[in-house]
Parts: sequence; C-alpha cells; structure tokens
Amino acid sequence: MSIKAENIKYIYGEGTAFVTVALDDVNVEIHKGDFLGIIGHTGSGKSTFIQLLNGLEKPTQGKITVDGIVVGEDKKLLSKIRQTVGLVFQYPEYQLFEETVAKDVAFGPANLKLSEDEINERVRDSLEMMGFNYEKIKDVSPFDLSGGQKRRVAIAGVMAMKPSYLVLDEPTAGLDPAGRNELFAQINRLHEKSGVTIILVSHSMEDIARLVNRVIVMYKGKVHMEGTPKEIYSHPDELEKIGLGVPQIAEVVYELRKRGFNIRPDIITVKEAKEEILREVRKRRA
Amino acid sequence: MAENIIKIENVKFKYDEKDTLYAVDGVNLNIRQGEFTAVVGRNGSGKSTLAKLINSILLPESGKIYVKGMDTADDSKLWDIRQAAGMVFQNPDNQLVATIVEEDIAFGPENQGVDPSEIRRRVDEALKAVGMYDFRDWPPHMLSGGQKQRIAIAGILALNSDCIILDEPTAMLDPSGRKEVMDTLQKLKERGKTIILITHYMDEAVQADRVVVMDRGSVKLDGTPKEIFRNMDVIKKFGLDVPQITQLAQGLYRAGLDIPPDIIDVKELVDLLCR
Repeated sequence: MSIKAENIKYIYGEGTAFVTVALDDVNVEIHKGDFLGIIGHTGSGKSTFIQLLNGLEKPTQGKITVDGIVVGEDKKLLSKIRQTVGLVFQYPEYQLFEETVAKDVAFGPANLKLSEDEINERVRDSLEMMGFNYEKIKDVSPFDLSGGQKRRVAIAGVMAMKPSYLVLDEPTAGLDPAGRNELFAQINRLHEKSGVTIILVSHSMEDIARLVNRVIVMYKGKVHMEGTPKEIYSHPDELEKIGLGVPQIAEVVYELRKRGFNIRPDIITVKEAKEEILREVRKRRA
Repeated sequence: MAENIIKIENVKFKYDEKDTLYAVDGVNLNIRQGEFTAVVGRNGSGKSTLAKLINSILLPESGKIYVKGMDTADDSKLWDIRQAAGMVFQNPDNQLVATIVEEDIAFGPENQGVDPSEIRRRVDEALKAVGMYDFRDWPPHMLSGGQKQRIAIAGILALNSDCIILDEPTAMLDPSGRKEVMDTLQKLKERGKTIILITHYMDEAVQADRVVVMDRGSVKLDGTPKEIFRNMDVIKKFGLDVPQITQLAQGLYRAGLDIPPDIIDVKELVDLLCR
C-alpha cells in the first residue's frame, strides 16, 4: 500500500502568456506508515503536488496511484480517494462553521451516510486522538477555542473520515512556540498510535528535523533532494542556494567543522550537538 | 537619549464589556525613536491588540497612548497617527490594492493629496529602500510572499512614516522570504526608522535591540535579547522558546564549559568554541 506519483508534470495557464510548469517529472513513492516532510520555497511546487494526491487537481502528464487506484481514472472512485487521503489546508480553523465542536467533526462522516452510532464513535475517537476530553469539548462552540485548539478540531474533522494518509500543509503557521510544540507532539502521537501516514509540508526546518523520517526537497517543480533529515541537513550550502535553510544546530555543526572541529556532520538536535562538542573539546584539552 | 516616539500609559482594553479579562491589562511602555523592538508572547497575550491600539484602530478603555505626542483618542489626529505609525499585517495578499506594484505604493500618498512629482520621488525611493525597484511595473500577484511583504513595507515608507509596526509579517513566508523581510527591517533601522515587530519566531526576536514579552495582557519582561533569552525556564513559562543556539550554549555552560549562557548568535558561539 502506498501513494505513487509517476512522471508527474503539471502546467498552469497553458495557452496563455503566463504558462508555468509547476511540476516537472516528479517521481515519489510514499509508503504506509511514513512520516514524510516536504520542503521547498514558495512556488517550488509543494502545494500543487499535495493537491494532486487526492485528486483536487489533475496532472497534465503522468499518474498518481493511491493504494492501487489511479487517481482520476474512474470519477466514481474520487470520493473514496478523498476519504483515503485527508488534506488539511493552511489555516484550517477558517473552515470550522458548526455550532459545536462535535457537530463540526461529525460533518464529514455524516456525509458518508453512516449510522448515527458509527458517526458518534468516530467523532469521539478522533477528538480524543487529537488530545481532547470528549465530554468537555463536544458542546463547546469552535469559535470559543484558542488558535491551537481550533486547528486540532479541524484535524480531528479530517481524521473522522478515517484516512490512511493525512496531508498537513503548514499546520503550525501563526501559532506561538508552545502551541507549535503542542500541536506537533499531538501529530506525532497520532502517527504512532493510529498508524496514519503523515505528509507534512512546512517552512520550519527545525520542526521537519525533529519529526519526520524522510524529507523531499522540491525546487523549480522537481524533486531536488531526497533523504533522511540528517542526510538533507548536512548540505546547508546547497539548501541555501535553493531558498531554504537548515536548523540553527546544523548551521553550528557545519561552521565548526569548517573551522577544524572533528565532529559528525549529520547532527540535527541540540542534545546530539552538545554531546559531540563536549567530546571534541575534552579531547582537545586532554 | 532619543525621544520617545510612542508612549503607552497604563492602557487597558477589552473587546466586549461582558468580558471578565482585559485583552490589554495595564500596559506601560515607551518606544524610543530609532529603536527596533520585538514583541513576543503566546497567542492571545495581547500583542496584536496593543499594535491596533497604537495605530488607533482600537481605542483604550482607560489610559493613554501618544504617537509623536498625538493622543490616539483624538479623532482629528487619526490620519496623522496612522501616517506616523504604519502597519504591516500577516497575510501579504490582504493588503495590496493595485494591479501594478508602483501604483500600490502610490496609493497612500495619492490619498493624502501629495504632489505627483513628489509621489514619483517617494515611490522610487521606497522601492529602492526595500530592494524592489526592478519590480516596479510587475503585478503584485506575480511576486513571492517575501516580495509582497516588502511592497507592503514600501507602501508605508512612501507615507514618510517614522515608525513601522509589523504584526507577524513572516508567518506565511518560506525561509528565504523571512530572511528578505528581516534584512529589509535591518536596513530601515539603519535609516533611523522605529520598528515594532510582533513575532512568534525567537530567531527573529534576537535580531532586535529590545525584546518585550507580553502575557495575559501585560508586559512581563523587557530587555535586550541576551537578557531575555538567558533564562530558559522563565521564557518557557510564557509559552515561548529560546533559539536552538541559546539552548546549546546553555547546555555547554551547564556541562562546565567556559561559555556564557546568553549566546544568541551562531557566529558568536562558533568563535568562542574555536578560541
């Protein structure tokens, strides 16, 4: 089971003066259980790519296969694909609209014509999965919640559709550091507990570094680099050239190595950096 | 000592009379001319409300705010206040009005009835100041997020504002867009502009001269970036974080290395370690 993107090309505005190749020969396979990060500067093709994954957009060339079904081949299967691949857009709290949290989360499953018991169970499960106390939150108006809580409700709404793949586009934009940490911890737990495959689009190199197990770097519509966060972030010069950066820690490690520090190049957390630097400093002093 | 361009005296504000908590609850703060201040604090701490109070979009329930000596509650001074302290918002797509970059920047001075030749001069100067002169005849929707925010900043410069207030201007930008905006702010500071930057990014806050930490509607900490970020436990209590580089420096300091715990800059730490 996987999402497979093969030879994808996507062209905007064909036949106009503003024709743009947004995606060019993209080949990616996303495996069940992955926690995949997608990075790239604005206009690199990330957003276009994730919209192809559940058939919101159709590739100009190439094909996307979700768990064996070719997206868009059979229109009748499109709603099944959208259920399998859940998409959480930027600022999803703007899409909350019901009077209560429970009703809002129930909106998707209710459209699936499930039994009332099944709907209630899904609403409870997905709210609890997102770290809420169901009894306490169910009758609250979504508009009385904090920014971080609203986001979690919005994600719960997508999770209530029981997707196998969850695509999150900049889920922490505009949240404060505590809210950011809390939401990411929650997403991490979600990934571990429910086994849902997560595809995370983010501009925060620090967050990508500590969360995902594989990173795709997009540049000018192509997959420019692919690897573990450690592999990707040991190339700061390359990343800077394409409008990205590395976590501050990777920058320190890179600079220290340039100045002759004998430490590993693939360090991306504060803890690892501290241990490696201490080891080197003590060796130098001995 | 530079003059205080903004004076906030014991200001209280709540959005609804029925609210029990004040969004801004007794703030006293002076901003000096030419100072670059970062305001940080968790969501709902009152940062954006304070910015709107300075800009006279909201009026204090009690207390006073003066912008260049003008009382923000004085109706007749409204446009002078907004000209003196211009605002840039989070979403770059919500604040550009024209179909061509230079027309967008001319929009403000045109509305003030500025002479056309003077408008031309101001638009060119503002575009050069933010490094966007080559894009003057582009449609804004063809620009990147960072470029759009620089256009929004240029629009304020064209009004000859002394003070620029930015409410999370980089929240929606990629790393290079964020860097573009931060570099632009440094350049404006060199030209003597007063800058108030509201941000959730601690690595941006450390680039300011002064960091103000807000929580529950009031100012909890106020100092240089080094003073503010040296105490990780206190910062975390306010829902904030310290930059990774400071976390590393503090870890090394606690492990007994001769490294000060208030390092906020990569180069500073690398230099110290390579002594």
